[in-house]
Amino acid sequence: MKKAIWTAAFWCALCGVALWLLNALFMPKYMSEIPEGALIAEYYQETTDHDVVMIGDCEVYENFSPDLLWREYGITSYIRGSAQQLVWQSYYLMEETLKHETPKVMVFNVLSMKYGEPQSEAYNRLNLDGMRLSPQKLAAIEASMTEEESFLSYLFPLLRYHTRWSELKGEDLTYLFHRDILSDSGYLMNVQVRPAENVPPGRPLADYSFAPVCWDYLDKMADLCDRHGVQLVLIKAPSLYPYWYDQWEEQIEEYAAERNLPYINFLELTEEIGIDFQTDTYDSGLHLNLYGAEKLSRWFGAWLTERCPVEDRRGQEPYESIWSEKSSAYAIRKERLEAEWRAENTA
Amino acid sequence: MEELLCILREIHPDVDFETCESLIDDQILDSIDIVTLVAEISDAFDVEVPPEALVPENFNSAKALWEMIQRLDEA
Amino acid sequence: MSFASTRFLLFLAVLFLLYYTIPRRYQWKLLLAGSLFFYYFAGWWCLIYISVTTVTTYLTARKLDELAREQGAWFKEHRGELSKEERKVRKARDKSIRFRWMLSCLLVNFGILAVVKYTNFVIGNVNGALSLFGGGQLPTLSLVLPMGISFYTFQAMGYLIDVYWGKCSAERNFGKFALFVTFFPQLIQGPISRFGDLSRTLCEEHAWDCRQIAMGGERVLWGLAKKLIIADRLAIPLRTLVGDPEQYSGVYVLAVIFLYAVQLYADFTGGIDITIGVAQMLGIQVTENFQRPFFSKNVAEYWRRWHITMGTWFRDYLFYPMSVSKPVLKLHQRCRNRFGRFGKHISVHTCSLILWFVTGVWHGASWNFIVWGMLNGVVIIVSQELEPLYAKFHARFPQLDGSRGWDLVQILRTFWLMGAIRVLDVYRDVPLTFRQLASIVADFRPQVLWDGSFLELGIGSGDWLVAAAGTGAMLVCSLLGRRRPVRERLLDHSPHLAWAGCTALVLFTLIFGVYGIGFDATQFIYNQF
Repeated sequence: MKKAIWTAAFWCALCGVALWLLNALFMPKYMSEIPEGALIAEYYQETTDHDVVMIGDCEVYENFSPDLLWREYGITSYIRGSAQQLVWQSYYLMEETLKHETPKVMVFNVLSMKYGEPQSEAYNRLNLDGMRLSPQKLAAIEASMTEEESFLSYLFPLLRYHTRWSELKGEDLTYLFHRDILSDSGYLMNVQVRPAENVPPGRPLADYSFAPVCWDYLDKMADLCDRHGVQLVLIKAPSLYPYWYDQWEEQIEEYAAERNLPYINFLELTEEIGIDFQTDTYDSGLHLNLYGAEKLSRWFGAWLTERCPVEDRRGQEPYESIWSEKSSAYAIRKERLEAEWRAENTA
Repeated sequence: MEELLCILREIHPDVDFETCESLIDDQILDSIDIVTLVAEISDAFDVEVPPEALVPENFNSAKALWEMIQRLDEA
Repeated sequence: MSFASTRFLLFLAVLFLLYYTIPRRYQWKLLLAGSLFFYYFAGWWCLIYISVTTVTTYLTARKLDELAREQGAWFKEHRGELSKEERKVRKARDKSIRFRWMLSCLLVNFGILAVVKYTNFVIGNVNGALSLFGGGQLPTLSLVLPMGISFYTFQAMGYLIDVYWGKCSAERNFGKFALFVTFFPQLIQGPISRFGDLSRTLCEEHAWDCRQIAMGGERVLWGLAKKLIIADRLAIPLRTLVGDPEQYSGVYVLAVIFLYAVQLYADFTGGIDITIGVAQMLGIQVTENFQRPFFSKNVAEYWRRWHITMGTWFRDYLFYPMSVSKPVLKLHQRCRNRFGRFGKHISVHTCSLILWFVTGVWHGASWNFIVWGMLNGVVIIVSQELEPLYAKFHARFPQLDGSRGWDLVQILRTFWLMGAIRVLDVYRDVPLTFRQLASIVADFRPQVLWDGSFLELGIGSGDWLVAAAGTGAMLVCSLLGRRRPVRERLLDHSPHLAWAGCTALVLFTLIFGVYGIGFDATQFIYNQF
């Protein structure tokens, strides 16, 4: 009997280990394709805290350069952005971030207020799979699941990704237990240039009011920041579309005033910032490229320095050495991407 | 009894019905043989074989069959 | 809940843990509660149907028992006063009273089954006839088939007839009887158990039995693997092949015959493995439903080895009573006197055809199934009538008898013949099926077998490879398990081997199983019956 129990225990343990390895193997690595998928997890490789943490969808991780904020203002910052991040996902990321550190400022991009319900399984995966297991992750999953999804498959990604067995690549083995860093403090660099032409006006909507659930989570964000003594800043990035309606703008302005939160709509400031949609966007106005992001960050850094309790940490250790390393990686990446873009254009 | 063996031999000429005791268990008689057999028996012995009597125990050997016929006749 | 869902596995885990921790005398009550919960999941309204069947059958069986006891007692008392003739008359009268009780219960329950299952089929055919004469149309009803109604109705009616025949006595405890009807593992797709077989272990107290639980667990895993890796994978190309019959004719039809045989086998036996395995883990013995059917050498044998409990149900409760009934016996006499040897078979063959007609109708309300049933009957009758010819053939070539090569020929012949009849399941209608079968000869283009056309049916080469490997594994296990199931042999050989097998099954099923997003978890094919 005793022997039987040991045999059972041995094989169960073996099965467990095998399952754990398989989970790691089948998980998409996002190292050569869809780098957006790798963003959320990269945060855990940070070794120091940040004064500013930006949270939101592609309008943050494509439009702001933390490296510039450091170089020109000495502001330490990080972007916890991911593709089509929904309001509740932002909220739980915020909550989770506050378990790791307490920044001085949290920035939230309000575009996602327009989504009142889970959108797509694929984006959910990009947003949630990278999070470490935590009560926040579980709550985020619960809030995000579309009807076809199962909770269990988030805990055991093998249940979701097992169909990849026929498309496993060397990459899946190479990155079994580690990932390269693809972003610069959460910023996904792009140096290509595709001018914005003929931006279509927004089609009229039947109903412009944001869903109650979005307001709930925005409220929760404001309360959470209050409790932790963090300054919450609402922004709307200067992306030309998805179209940002005046009716939406009014609601956010009203809310910001009511909760006494700073709100910056960068769409209204493009001229002052100097963004030229002929040269500063890589996809005709959806997102800024590196040059646009640096212009935007330059303006925002000045604003942060003036209005928020951020510190110029240049010269302070360990920030100085860590950020100088980050800066050189940033410069190298910039050079490489520019060379690639030039090659693509001359070819 | 001899009459019964005759009937049986007519259905399966190649089986030794006097000794075989697993006509059903060894699938020597299939369901079609069984109903044919019942038709012949009820005709020859003037008994009514009810459907509930069609169980392996009654059909596994000629002896069992003979006993069943007698039981049915008595009732 | 589908067997291959996390919800079912969770339900099972909770039930299993409770089952072996609560006091043993409550075990069957827990099973009943679990079964009702399981059934409730399919829709609360399903519970109404199954309750009607349970209550009417329970009460009628009790009544039959009581009548039989009273009649028996009266008989004992007055036996001496009656002559043999009088006894016979009295007995016949008693029996007819009981018969009327049974009949009314049968009518109610088969009536319910007929209404929910066949109303729309009948209406559809009536409308077809009406439109020929330019008449109006009847509206079809939106009746949803309660889960497993064909199975539990048959199981309950089998019990009722057994009680009427005196083969078993009526269950007094209503709860225990309700458990017999609703026992959840076999609710979806059978087997159709006999009261005498199932009730013995169903309500007993069961102690923890490592070996039984291990065997059961392994069987569940094997069933899940068969269903998820093979059946659900092959269902994808089959859908494509059947969905566009014009394009996929000729050799493709051969592929449909073969693939559907494998797919249905994996799906149905997989489901039954789960059923029997789950029951075994709970200490309950459920009758086997398959006995390596594709190794049958003729159609009659095939039907003794495929879906066994259905075959024996129809045999015991329809074929036998019909064949030994007075009108049929009279027919038998008359035919024998007029036509001699062949005449003797006429009545039996008539009963066979009726049996197969009913079997076809039971499988589904469509002409496809009726034709399917009749074809089975015809094949069996023809082979019966050709038997003297076979005997002559074998007398001529005695070396063939029992040789492995000849066995294989017979096995393959039966496999393809049954397969060809079986595709009536999958094609839209009867004429189309026959057109498709004819196209095998008329439109034979073997090159599609190797020109890559099969990679465009919805699954890639890797999937085909997995399906082939899985089918090979099923075949090998079937061959190895001729005398004793492979899992028993493994466990007796070495527990490590058995555990390794289980681990491999779990991992393979998780990786290669067709489930989750991107795939529809196709419900077990027998669900709707």
